[in-house]
Amino acid sequence: MGVVEGALDARMTTVATTHASASAEPTRRDFLYIATGAVGAVGLAATIWPFISQMAPDTATIAAGAPVDFDLSPVGEGQIVKLFWRGKLIFVRHRTAAEIKAAQDTDISTLRDPEPDSARVKPGKDQWLIIYGNCTHLGCVPLGNEGPFHGWQCPCHGSVFDTSGRIRQGPAPTNLPVPPYKFTSDTAIRIG
Amino acid sequence: MSGHSTYEPKSAFGKWFESRLPIAGLIHSSFVVFPNPRNLNYFWTFGGILAFMLVAQIVTGVVLAMHYTPQADLAFASIESIMRDVNYGWMIRYLHANGASMFFIAVYVHIFRGLYYGSYKSPREVLWILGVVIFLLMMATAFMGYVLPWGQMSFWGATVITNLFSAIPGVGETIVTFLWGGYSVANPTLNRFFSLHYLLPFMIAGVVALHIWALHVPGSNNPAGIEKKSDKDTLPFHPYFTVKDGFALVCFLMVYVWFAFYIPNFLGHADNYIEANPAVTPSHIVPEWYFLPFYAILRAVPDKLLGVSAMFGSIAILIFLPWLDTSRIRSGNYRPVFQIFFWLFAIDCVLLGWLGAKPPEGIYVILSRVCMAYYFLYFIPILPLLGLFETPKALPASIADSVLKGGSASSVAQGAASEPSTKG
Repeated sequence: MGVVEGALDARMTTVATTHASASAEPTRRDFLYIATGAVGAVGLAATIWPFISQMAPDTATIAAGAPVDFDLSPVGEGQIVKLFWRGKLIFVRHRTAAEIKAAQDTDISTLRDPEPDSARVKPGKDQWLIIYGNCTHLGCVPLGNEGPFHGWQCPCHGSVFDTSGRIRQGPAPTNLPVPPYKFTSDTAIRIG
Repeated sequence: MSGHSTYEPKSAFGKWFESRLPIAGLIHSSFVVFPNPRNLNYFWTFGGILAFMLVAQIVTGVVLAMHYTPQADLAFASIESIMRDVNYGWMIRYLHANGASMFFIAVYVHIFRGLYYGSYKSPREVLWILGVVIFLLMMATAFMGYVLPWGQMSFWGATVITNLFSAIPGVGETIVTFLWGGYSVANPTLNRFFSLHYLLPFMIAGVVALHIWALHVPGSNNPAGIEKKSDKDTLPFHPYFTVKDGFALVCFLMVYVWFAFYIPNFLGHADNYIEANPAVTPSHIVPEWYFLPFYAILRAVPDKLLGVSAMFGSIAILIFLPWLDTSRIRSGNYRPVFQIFFWLFAIDCVLLGWLGAKPPEGIYVILSRVCMAYYFLYFIPILPLLGLFETPKALPASIADSVLKGGSASSVAQGAASEPSTKG
């Protein structure tokens, strides 16, 4: 039975091929071929998807990204405090008047990633600079109060940031980003 | 010449088995009677040394995995327990850590051997490209292995290297998040790196099998860089090259175990004995020595995307080398001008390695840029132009001619040359 079917199948293929080449018309077999391939491709994509998706941050990691409250009152003027949100390092810097002035007086047209200081702090809260603490080059932690602009300097590849956390020298492409946060009172913030 | 097996099983079981799975014949034709050029020097022993190192790393690594805990809170302590509590744990870990360095020493000798003697040229292009693939897999494996102790260098090395992908425009940040399994290098990252560090060596073993397969089609290149023409040009793999490879391996192992037993931390960094701390980057962060030349290229460019592109490009350009070198003469021995540029290139690579370990400031940055420029200039346009303008020296008529000049040497060697035919 199997042999007969196989033979029949082979004969039909020959017939179909000759037919297709003779008239150049798509045959039923062409349709089946493309339809099977399309279903296979969709199935393959659907199978691959979970294996890629599992690499993304899992639900526990995302849940750990809930907002965190932070009390600013113990942070003295000139001090930099480090804290973590979603596993990422955040700098909280209580800037001195001189540091604020230096940040505000910078001509932003000379910057690699032009941003006025006012866009990086909350209105009326010029003394509080809250930024991510990983260098935008390759993720090292820049050292505070170092470098020619007395902001930060990265020990890994030499990127220099000013007192507003903006990139001034070195390989980093962008300023240290400002995380989403708001003041919940005069001396407390909520990050996230 | 083609290495067809003349293997005849002697026992009844051997005949029965060979007719069902001819593996003994395959081994016999590949590693016993296989005709190798008779002029191979000791630079040709590093392939065997590398095969040994891969096995050594897998054996020590599988044992270490029995005692290691791939969990961010426990990993560092489990390494210390391997060092202090596990019987001979200190020895197995030092063999594994120094084994990685030895693996890279051997692979660099192997690569530069290929560069000097033109082993990448036709008909060995695929063989060469498979080698570049093995090199890339080795780099990935070594990097992920270095992360597992979860020390300061592990953590910040992982941060810096994974962040390289953030330079890709548009999707870079997403790719990095997917590599990390979170928003920073953390436990999920350590877990997947452990899984992949265990997997990749077996993938290397697979590509090594292809590499040897591709090698055994044309056979080895040789210091004269000419093809074998007659049986006089070759000697059987066993005993001539098994003994030569074995002797070189023993010498190599003496250096390896000297490192492992006497200066086991010489090639490491003290900072990696401090547990990972995501709030503090070590003041001087450098990768392991075998990545330093590429690290120097990364730092030489003051732009993130261009720096990362230059670093990956410096490895990727090796893939195109068979078509960049236009000279039909393989061996550098017969290319007087090429020799100058080749040795400059070798010195350049060592200099880049030295610069990669220096802080990224002042004269070091300038020197890095000069060295990086020569690194790329060597491939384009020096190699393509050399092939057009250089006048090579006269090649020997045959491999046998290149080694059998003295009368006394020839009589001994001719006796050896008749060996394959009497054996077959």
